[in-house]
Amino acid sequence: MNLESIPLQAFLIVSSALFCIGIWGLLNSRNAVRVLMSIELMLNAVNINLMAFSSYVDNNLIQGQVFTIFVITVAAAEAAVGLAILLSLYRNRVTVDMESFNLLKW
Amino acid sequence: MSIAITTQIICFSVLSLVILIGALGVVLLESIVYSAFLLGGVFMSVAGLYLLLNASFVAAAQVLVYVGAVNVLIIFAIMLVNKKEDLKPISDIKSRRIISTSICLTLLSLLIRVDLTNVWSLSSPQNSIGEESTIRIGEHLFSDYLLPFEVASVLLLMAMIGAIVLARRDVMSKDISTGLPVDQELIEKSSEPLLTNKN
Repeated sequence: MNLESIPLQAFLIVSSALFCIGIWGLLNSRNAVRVLMSIELMLNAVNINLMAFSSYVDNNLIQGQVFTIFVITVAAAEAAVGLAILLSLYRNRVTVDMESFNLLKW
Repeated sequence: MSIAITTQIICFSVLSLVILIGALGVVLLESIVYSAFLLGGVFMSVAGLYLLLNASFVAAAQVLVYVGAVNVLIIFAIMLVNKKEDLKPISDIKSRRIISTSICLTLLSLLIRVDLTNVWSLSSPQNSIGEESTIRIGEHLFSDYLLPFEVASVLLLMAMIGAIVLARRDVMSKDISTGLPVDQELIEKSSEPLLTNKN
């Protein structure tokens, strides 16, 4: 085996697996904090993808890295607002169980 | 990147293993506190992958923002809402698990198939920008990505104000400008929890 660098596919497979783990956690967690953590995992998977493409496909302009910076910014805002919503939800219903947040269910 | 290829492969394998096992721990572990600390480990390993891709600035941003801010915020939230509660059992939990796991595995196989079969148009490593990536990111942020950069600052301000408004507990008893008592019901729910009797 004679490689010049790590193949792009290796990064893509790691990020695919991380994304699917994130989706599994999002669907199966009962604790709302864990749901937020799963969302962060999925955002990180997307970031790995962007960084790998920017390094292998667009390695002179590296626009993927700029996109990653923006995704990190949006993820920080999302985490702050999400946890604030979680706190006010906890104050009103005294639980973080996702199954009990069924006010919009008809 | 001037590291030998063998070293790169070893680093990549170790970091990927830490990322995947850590992520599985985040979603599977019983204790949410362990999950939060494992999440920090996953974020650090992702920063290591960025270093392997020659992106030192994004790696530093990842460590600062994710490990330093998001993870600490999550740990604070766990501390504030950490109450032992007996979760009600769900009747059809088994079929739910089977359906969601099969959906995830199907998606994973689809993604891996696309990753492996698609022909990526790789650019030659000669014109790689390499270590200069921080300079190039700065050029991007102040020329063609200037508007998104400014909009991101407005977004951060909105998120900060929104988080404060949503999470605050105490409101003033008197209106500052008129001196009249504030109608608490409109701003903050009364102290006993609402909506707990539904179900």
